[in-house]
Amino acid sequence: MAPIIHIENISKKYLIGHQSREKYLTLRDRIGNMIGSMGKKRQGRYSEEFWALQDISFEVNQGESVGIIGPNGAGKSTLLKILSRITEPTTGRVTLNGRVASLLEVGTGFHPELTGRENIFLNGAILGMRKADIIKKFDEIVAFSEVEKFLDTPVKRYSSGMYVRLAFAVAAHLEPEILVVDEVLAVGDAQFQKKCLGKMDDVARNHGRTVLFVSHNMQAIQNLCSTGILLKNGKMEKKGNVLQVVSTYLGTTVTQPNSRERRWGSPDTAPGNETIRVHGICIKPDGPGQTQQITMNAGFTIEILFWNMVSDLRLVVNLCLYTVEDTPCLESLSVDEKEWNTKPFSKGLYRSACHIPAYLLNQGTYRVRIFFLNDSPSTLFDFRDAMFFSVEDLDERNLPWYGKFIGVVHPRLQWETEKVRDEADTSINKLHAGG
Amino acid sequence: MRSIENQRKIILSEEKTPLIIEAGRTERRYFRDVFRYRELFFFLAWRDILVRYKQTAIGILWALIRPLLTMIVFTFIFGKLAHLPSDGLPYPLLVFTAMLPWQLFASSLSESSNSLIGNANMISKVYFPRLIVPSSAIVVSFVDFLISFSILAGLMLWYHHMPGWRILTLPLFIVIACAASLGAGLWLSALNVRYRDFKYVVPFIVQLGLYISPVGFSSSVVPVKLRLLYSINPMVGVIDGFRWAVLNGKTFLYMPGFCISLAIVLLLCVSGTWYFRKTEKTFADVI
Repeated sequence: MAPIIHIENISKKYLIGHQSREKYLTLRDRIGNMIGSMGKKRQGRYSEEFWALQDISFEVNQGESVGIIGPNGAGKSTLLKILSRITEPTTGRVTLNGRVASLLEVGTGFHPELTGRENIFLNGAILGMRKADIIKKFDEIVAFSEVEKFLDTPVKRYSSGMYVRLAFAVAAHLEPEILVVDEVLAVGDAQFQKKCLGKMDDVARNHGRTVLFVSHNMQAIQNLCSTGILLKNGKMEKKGNVLQVVSTYLGTTVTQPNSRERRWGSPDTAPGNETIRVHGICIKPDGPGQTQQITMNAGFTIEILFWNMVSDLRLVVNLCLYTVEDTPCLESLSVDEKEWNTKPFSKGLYRSACHIPAYLLNQGTYRVRIFFLNDSPSTLFDFRDAMFFSVEDLDERNLPWYGKFIGVVHPRLQWETEKVRDEADTSINKLHAGG
Repeated sequence: MRSIENQRKIILSEEKTPLIIEAGRTERRYFRDVFRYRELFFFLAWRDILVRYKQTAIGILWALIRPLLTMIVFTFIFGKLAHLPSDGLPYPLLVFTAMLPWQLFASSLSESSNSLIGNANMISKVYFPRLIVPSSAIVVSFVDFLISFSILAGLMLWYHHMPGWRILTLPLFIVIACAASLGAGLWLSALNVRYRDFKYVVPFIVQLGLYISPVGFSSSVVPVKLRLLYSINPMVGVIDGFRWAVLNGKTFLYMPGFCISLAIVLLLCVSGTWYFRKTEKTFADVI
C-alpha cells in the first residue's frame, strides 16, 4: 500500500532582515531598495537567507503515529505548517493520500465576543468540519470540554482553563485521516492534558488514523508514538523507533562539546531582553578537575553569569530543575541568600551560583530553567532551556544490581536495622501475640 | 439526511486522488476547495454580523443613522447651498439612491481590505482557501445595505414615488457594486498583508471616492466631453444604474459610460483574483 504521507526533499527558505528594524516592509523600503540596488548590488544588506528546513524526506504509513522532536528552532513547526498547507515549501514535494486536519494552536479563530456555543460552530468550521458533523458531535464536544454551564457565556469571560478545554474539545472531534498536532498540550492543567493525550491515543490506536505530533514532552511522545523523527537545524538527524530517537535526542543535547558550559559573548546576541542578558551558564562538579562527570555521590554548582541592564533592580534568580519527561524536581530562589535579599542590583555583570549537594538527584538527565524575577514578583526573563545535564550513578553498591533507582531524588537516608529475637521458626507468631 | 450522506460520499471519493504540495504549483482543485469550504464562508460572515454591533447601545440602528445623516448633510450642501440640478427629483431621494450603493461599496471595500490582517491568527495557523476571508467580509456590509434600504422605501413613500419595472434590474447593479468592491478588496487585502501602507490608503480612497463619485449630485452635471473619462470610476456606472432603476424615468443611463464601468469592474475582479492567488501562499510567512 502506498504511504499516506510521502515527503521528498522538502526545503524551506525564509529571508530574515537585518538592517531594517521595522516590523513591516513598507513601500518606502521597497522603493528605497530598488533605487539602492540600481547603483550597485546591495540586496544582501537587507536580508539573509535562512533555511528552516533542508532536504527532508520521509514516508509515513497509514495508522502510524509519528513524534517529531528536536531543539527549539529545529524546524518542527515549519514542517507541520508545510504539511498542513499553511505555507508552501521552497523546493521539494509532498504527496498526501488523505484529508489533513492540523491543530497548530488551540482555539484558532475563537472570537472573544461570541458564546461558547457559537465558538464551537465557528471553530469547527475553521478546522474544516461540516455544519452537519458539528451538530452531530455537539453534545460529545460539550461533554468533553466540561463547560456545559457556560455555553451561552461569551468566551471572553471564560477562565483560561475553560477556554483551552473548549478549544481542544472541538479539535479532538475532528475526523481526518491525518492529524497534525503541534505542541498544544503545554496548556491546561495536568488532568486535562492527560485527557487530551488519552483522546489522541484513542484516535491513533483505535481509529487507525495517522498522527504527526510535535512535543517537548518526551514522556508523551514515547507513549503516543511508535516512530520518532529527530530534527536539528532544519535537517533530519534520525528516523526510527521512537525510543531510540528520543534517547539519541537526549544524548545529543547533553553530550555536545562544552555542554557543561554555554556562553554568549555580547549582550546584543545573548538570550534575554532589555533588562537581563545571560552571559553564560555552567556546571562545575565539586572537587578538583573540570572534566569529571557529574555523579550522584558528589555535589555540583550551577553558575549563572548575567548582565543586569537597568539600575536599581530588585532581582531574584530562580532556578528550576526538570527531568526530561518534564517532571518538576525542585525550585530554589536566590532570596535564600541573606546578603542580596534586600539590596537593589545596580547595572553590571553578576554571577549567581547555586550548589546542589551530593545524594540529592537521582541518576538521569535534567533540564535547567532559570527565571529572573523582580520583587513584585513578575518574570523579567524566563530562560526555559538554559541547559541540560546528566547525573551518572557511579556509586559502589554492595549489590549485584545496576539498574536505575526510581524517583527523581536519591537521598541517602538513615536506616536502622536490628535483630529482635533469636529463634527463627515461631518468631512471627510470638511477635504478634506479644504486640 | 440522505443527501448529506451522498454529498459526503462524493467528496470522499474526490479525495482519493492524492494531494500534492509543491512550490509554485497552481492547484487545480483550488476552486473546488473554495466550494468545499463554503460553510466557512457563511460562518465567517455570521461571526462578523454577530460581532458587529456587540456592546453598542443602539446596535443595528447605526446602519440607519449613518446613511441618513450623510444624506441630510449632502442634501443641504449640494442641493440647498450649491443649488445643483436634481433632474426634477426631490434632492434627498437623488442623494439617497446614490448613498445606498456607495455605502455598500465603501464599507465592503474597507472590511475586505482589512479582513486578512484582522484574521492574521487564523491565516498563520489553519489552511483554508484564503479567498473566503475578503469575500465573506462583504456579506456584513450587504446586511447593513439591506437595513438601510428600508430608509429608501420610506423616502419613496414620503415623496409618493412609485418604482416601475426597472426596479427589477436593481439586483444586477447590486451585484456589480459587490463585484467592484470584491475586485478592489482582493487587491488591497493582498497588498495590505505585505505593505501596511494600504491601511492608510483604503480610508483615503473611500473618503475621496465619496466626492468624485456622483453621490451628492447627479452625473448629468459632468460635462459631456468628460463623461467617458468620468466613467472609469466603476461606481459611476453603479450609481447611475441605481438611479435609473429606482427613480422611474427621471434619469437616464449613459450606456457607453456604463459599459466602461462594467469593463473596469470585470478587470478588477479578474486581476484581483489573479494577484490574490499569486501571493496567497506567502500570506502565512509575511503576515
